[in-house]
Amino acid sequence: MSSSVYIAGVGAISAIGNNVAENLVSLKSEHAGMGDITMMDTIYRKQLPVAEVKLSNDELAVLADLPANISRTTLLSAIAAKEALDDANIPNINNLRTGFVSANSVGGMDKSEDFFVKFLADNSKGKLRDIFDHECGSMTELVADKLGISDFMTTVSTACSSSANAIFYGARLIKNDVVDVVIAGGTDSLTKFTLNGFNTLMILDKEFCKPFDEHREGLNLGEGSGYLVLVSEKVAQALVKQPYCILSGYNNSNDAYHQTASSPDGTGSYLAMQGALKKSGLQATDIDYINLHGTGTPNNDSAEGSAIKRLFGPDYPQMSSTKSYTGHTLGASGGIEAVFSVLAIQNKLIYPNLRFETRMDELPFEPVKQLLTDQDIKHVMSNSFGFGGNCTSLIFSAI
Amino acid sequence: MKVYIRSSACVSPQNTFNSAGFLTDVVESTGTRLKAIEPDYKQFIDPKQIRRMSHVIKMGIAAAKSCLTQADVEMPGAVITGTALGCIADTVTFLTRIVEQEEEMLPPTAFIQSTHNTVAAQIALILKCHNYNNTLVHKGISFESALFDAMMLLNEQEADNILVGGVEEMVDASFTVLTRLGLYKRWPLSNLSLYDTPSNGTIGGEGAAFFLITSEESPDSLAQLTGLKLLYKPKSVEERIIDFLKSNELGIDDIDLVVTGKNGDTKNDEVYKELGSSLFKNKSLANYKHLCGEYATSSSFALWMASNIVKGGVVPEIVKEGKFELASPKKVLIYNHYQGKYHSLMLISAT
Repeated sequence: MSSSVYIAGVGAISAIGNNVAENLVSLKSEHAGMGDITMMDTIYRKQLPVAEVKLSNDELAVLADLPANISRTTLLSAIAAKEALDDANIPNINNLRTGFVSANSVGGMDKSEDFFVKFLADNSKGKLRDIFDHECGSMTELVADKLGISDFMTTVSTACSSSANAIFYGARLIKNDVVDVVIAGGTDSLTKFTLNGFNTLMILDKEFCKPFDEHREGLNLGEGSGYLVLVSEKVAQALVKQPYCILSGYNNSNDAYHQTASSPDGTGSYLAMQGALKKSGLQATDIDYINLHGTGTPNNDSAEGSAIKRLFGPDYPQMSSTKSYTGHTLGASGGIEAVFSVLAIQNKLIYPNLRFETRMDELPFEPVKQLLTDQDIKHVMSNSFGFGGNCTSLIFSAI
Repeated sequence: MKVYIRSSACVSPQNTFNSAGFLTDVVESTGTRLKAIEPDYKQFIDPKQIRRMSHVIKMGIAAAKSCLTQADVEMPGAVITGTALGCIADTVTFLTRIVEQEEEMLPPTAFIQSTHNTVAAQIALILKCHNYNNTLVHKGISFESALFDAMMLLNEQEADNILVGGVEEMVDASFTVLTRLGLYKRWPLSNLSLYDTPSNGTIGGEGAAFFLITSEESPDSLAQLTGLKLLYKPKSVEERIIDFLKSNELGIDDIDLVVTGKNGDTKNDEVYKELGSSLFKNKSLANYKHLCGEYATSSSFALWMASNIVKGGVVPEIVKEGKFELASPKKVLIYNHYQGKYHSLMLISAT
């Protein structure tokens, strides 16, 4: 089994930027992406803030070089996946086995919602074009076709940990010698389905979210996509530019507590972080920065915090939730945050946890409040936990 | 590394679940949609929860738990599911309420249970299983992607006794939409005459099939899973099948039986017809989609069937293409494709 999996390229689009460079500028300038809902037709406009990508479908379609009438989720995916692949600039890629493992949570739901209004009134109505790509796999297929990838493709959907699991799956495809190169990550656009769904659970903050704050009141939904290009050691040696880092550890564990709520002691989160450390052969004290799942809901942050306290105490690494910038991008979050984790190593940065004011009573630590520069970061842990108890931690390590 | 199927359980439109016979008591139904026969869920799920769970969750849990019981395994090393449409009933319910109630006063239950990972999550919850848990959702290779994940885990020695399954439910809305998209025949017919008159369209189906797979052989193993290959838009299926067999150090002559995904749709079946007069010429062939219908994870039904064929040494009459006698087949190739794009090959051997 091949030893290391290298990160050769990154691509991201989110509410704080349409590409990696723009995202990095926003991260450094502490610019959050939340605002009023402008793209979706919903009664929650002006009531619930969201973190929208600041481009219309027509504008995204131009960037993606795809038709504007397809799902926004596909358009977002195509843009960041292409950016990641271009960034990797792999010589003779046509002679290599290349895979695409993408994640999303609700497929082409943004289009299905339009279809459904007419369909519900009359089952013979509704444009079939709008429902044709409802399946999660359709997003992946359209983007793989666009990128000319056919050696291996699949789609992961484990709610909010989806794209961390896609990266995990992609890395294992390389380790098992199935492919040489894999683009892995995830995508999700804002939909009425998820907005209303999270709203029924009463976990949406009416203000901008405050992850890990004692007075946190919930999450803000976001949208976007994020991908890594993972390559085998052999491909890494032939790269034109140095790979960013390696994916040194990963683990997927299940909380097995409740369909949506996390266990009070964060069992699943603890097992995922502990398992990822074990896989990487690192000690807790080796981790320099944790990119938290940190949604901003009372339950999630409490569970994640408890698990960190148990695993890392009393010497806590620096940590922050970049969902304070991008909102919770669901099936894209693990991908976007993996890109941010890679950028943290490359740029020696630790991003602040925006709007943090008050330490949680139950925790002896708090997230980073201001941008930290010139940090010697060797190992970053990225957490992604989701509905269904699906908990995944990834560890990125400097080379 | 070798992969063994230790046990399997299948909920389908046939009497496949906890049934004494092996496709002997065949269910015939007329229409263009086959519905799964519901097991007695009380054996597997707390009765209070049964009412709240959708069809696909219940089918999945029943098949998963039965699979574990048969293998005498309490705690699987991983739980992995494949599903294309996931919890489509709850998805449709929540969508309907958003429209009808204009986004107000919505109950959360349908949303909570609508995520694609709900079946795997509920299995983990019932078993209190903290191990690796994943859900693959890639159209016609959702189940194969899950199985591939399981095989990689075994190869990495990260887990053993992996519970892996394919689940799909059909609801009225998806059936109506897929009918409008032209997937199904335009007139009702008996599932048992699906192959009699080739025409456009097939019949829809649903089901859940789970497998407990391990790298350890045991005397009561069902079968060995010798190979799995996923193909996307292959240029020549025939060449890829030959390559696949070769990579397993086999030729077509070593294969005793080929199970194909023939579904009665002229265009879909074209490739099987071509292979029938070339690579598969003089091979014993079997079909299965007249029994379970066409759905994205139907290959899990085929794997359940092929495993039982090599275990019992008998090919049920109802699945035979034409007439043939075949004494205890040892090697079975499953070749299925979904809408011409996604093709999969599975190789099953007697242990």
